[in-house]
Amino acid sequence: MNAIAPRAVAPVPPHARTYRYDAVDREFLAERIAEFEGQVQRRLAGELTEEEFKPLRLMNGLYLQLHAYMLRVAIPYGVLNAAQLRQLAYIARRWDRGFGHFTTRQNIQFNWTKLEDVPDMLRALAAVDMHAIQTSGNCIRNVTTDEYAGAAPDEVVDPRIYAEILRQWSTLHPEFTWLPRKFKIAITGAAEDRVALRLHDVGLEAKRNAAGEIGFAVHAGGGMGRTPLIATKLRDFLPEAELLGYLEAVLRSYNALGQRDNIYKARIKILVRDLGAEFAEMVEREYAAMPRDRFRLDPAIVAAIRQHFAPPPFLALNDVALPEAPEFRAWAARSVRPHRQPGYASVTISLKPIGGIPGDASAAQMEVVAGLAERFSFGEIRVSHVQNLVLPHVRQEDLPDLWEELRAAGLATPNIGLVSDIIACPGMDYCALATARSIPVAQRISERFADLDRQLDIGECFVNISGCINACGHHHVGHIGILGVDKRGEEVYQVTLGGAAGNDAALGELVGPAFSYDDIVDAIETILLTHVAHRLPGERFIDCYRRIGLAPFKEALYAAA
Amino acid sequence: MPLLEDGRLVDDAWVSVADDAVLPDSPAILSLARLRRDAAELASRRAPLGLVLPPEVAVAEIADLLPLLSLVALVLPKFRDGRAFTQARALREQHGFTGEIRATGHVIPDQYLALLRCGVSTVEVPAGADPAVWDAARRVIGIAYQRAVVPDSPLSLLRRKLEIA
Repeated sequence: MNAIAPRAVAPVPPHARTYRYDAVDREFLAERIAEFEGQVQRRLAGELTEEEFKPLRLMNGLYLQLHAYMLRVAIPYGVLNAAQLRQLAYIARRWDRGFGHFTTRQNIQFNWTKLEDVPDMLRALAAVDMHAIQTSGNCIRNVTTDEYAGAAPDEVVDPRIYAEILRQWSTLHPEFTWLPRKFKIAITGAAEDRVALRLHDVGLEAKRNAAGEIGFAVHAGGGMGRTPLIATKLRDFLPEAELLGYLEAVLRSYNALGQRDNIYKARIKILVRDLGAEFAEMVEREYAAMPRDRFRLDPAIVAAIRQHFAPPPFLALNDVALPEAPEFRAWAARSVRPHRQPGYASVTISLKPIGGIPGDASAAQMEVVAGLAERFSFGEIRVSHVQNLVLPHVRQEDLPDLWEELRAAGLATPNIGLVSDIIACPGMDYCALATARSIPVAQRISERFADLDRQLDIGECFVNISGCINACGHHHVGHIGILGVDKRGEEVYQVTLGGAAGNDAALGELVGPAFSYDDIVDAIETILLTHVAHRLPGERFIDCYRRIGLAPFKEALYAAA
Repeated sequence: MPLLEDGRLVDDAWVSVADDAVLPDSPAILSLARLRRDAAELASRRAPLGLVLPPEVAVAEIADLLPLLSLVALVLPKFRDGRAFTQARALREQHGFTGEIRATGHVIPDQYLALLRCGVSTVEVPAGADPAVWDAARRVIGIAYQRAVVPDSPLSLLRRKLEIA
């Protein structure tokens, strides 16, 4: 492969709190790229079969999709600095079709990648301390966390510190690289669960005990896909020092006993479900038998990593009253969240324009956001698991200027948390596994509810769409979940109601027979009209559903037929 | 099958012995069934004994046999089946096994370093395998982010410099 001409990369913004690579991390990344390049060459020389090469490329984020290779780039726990986002824009322009797609796992995908370009793309990523390691494959994937980490008023423990420790620990882990199936860890440190921790292979809830010490509630065996399950709690307070050792015991139990003969039964959730309480006991036995001291997490390491995430130099400010201008207010009401620091706010940038592709951003938009992050948010950006971007630390007095800039870039759709803020997987437009389209369904729903007043009247409602049973669009936990399946050559859409991903995690209930591609948008409208007809003043869709149950929705959808 | 150790092909002193075959006076690898059946008489045998440990058997289940053994052969039915990594690590870390751990079955060079780090000492490689490819595969990455069995020296944070012979 030809070396890519060195490109001047903008300096890392001094206050952006990403983990800062040093010479050791950079040396590792260069070695990893060399390894992958060698694997590509051995595949081309016939020394590796396609069967053998496939998991190797997947472990470096490279999928073969319907039309091209897709490179999934890791955004560790969804945290980016402006230089990194600019580089992603550069990659989108140079090697893709000028856009990228942010995913529910806080990563970004480039959907039009050529195999021969991949090593150069990896070097371009390495230039800003990024990579595609373990964004696919049967290994420990990118750890996800709260997009408001370090900013949220309800945060008890900063989850980024432990997410980074877990990222390092899981990177090329010698024992857990050939697991029965993929393994996803989410961590939160806030009272409100914004990471869907009960729907992950392992969900960690960082907290403090009465003595102020940090520990973790450990949940395992949650997941979506063909068999959706809410996780089981294994430990209520695992002391900080034991985090890695205990997780080794969980992973080791899974690696030894997880099913390997059926891809749909290979996730840890099946093992946890089948073993019940015995699973937790087995993990404890495994943990007791391990040389625990070898795995103790040294407080000095935690302290060193914590420094990477120290608060940026906030000014001593007071909260300010926001301007009255109605359009600004409409945007701010949906997009601006309170911050722990007086005078500051977190801002969610909608990647869900009416009729757009959820999670897509053009290179130009990425550059705009990078610039705005530098100007308004200490150079820092977050990716949310609902496929939006977040500027975590914005001065309240800057909000009107920020809004004007976002508006000019088409990034100020005031629909956060409303029916057009849809999670959708790529579906049959890109994905080789999909059995139905999801993007056009999301676009049509968004267009049907293009009128913001109507969306506001309906209130908070999460619509999640998956184009196959694997549930990448999180349909099981959408307030309204839509699952596209193939029925005798025709795309049909099953609808579930009442799913939730947070503290009140629940799986949606199937409302009845599926709807055709043509009818699905009408069905969603009927559901929302039913909500509006039955709700109490100010009642959210999910609360209304929990109060009145499935019957009124069923009646409205099917009685006429 | 050729045998790889420390990145080089080496002579294999061991033979695999079928359950009904006569036991030679040289190093012999037996099935778990035979080892269990003949454990009493094997206890007095002088020549080294080895065991083929199937992937579905936990190391804890054969812990009582380990004092008899100089070799444990682990099996990867397919290279994607990673149970042997956990078995090797349990042998070394939890049971203090110091004999040879051999990886057999479908193993690819890209797994060599991780196998070593989990405590595997030798790998059965396909006939005609180029040891240089295997040796290169274990050297391409010299930094690790977690402790394992192979010698390493700590760098800062979780990072360690691997010491490959």
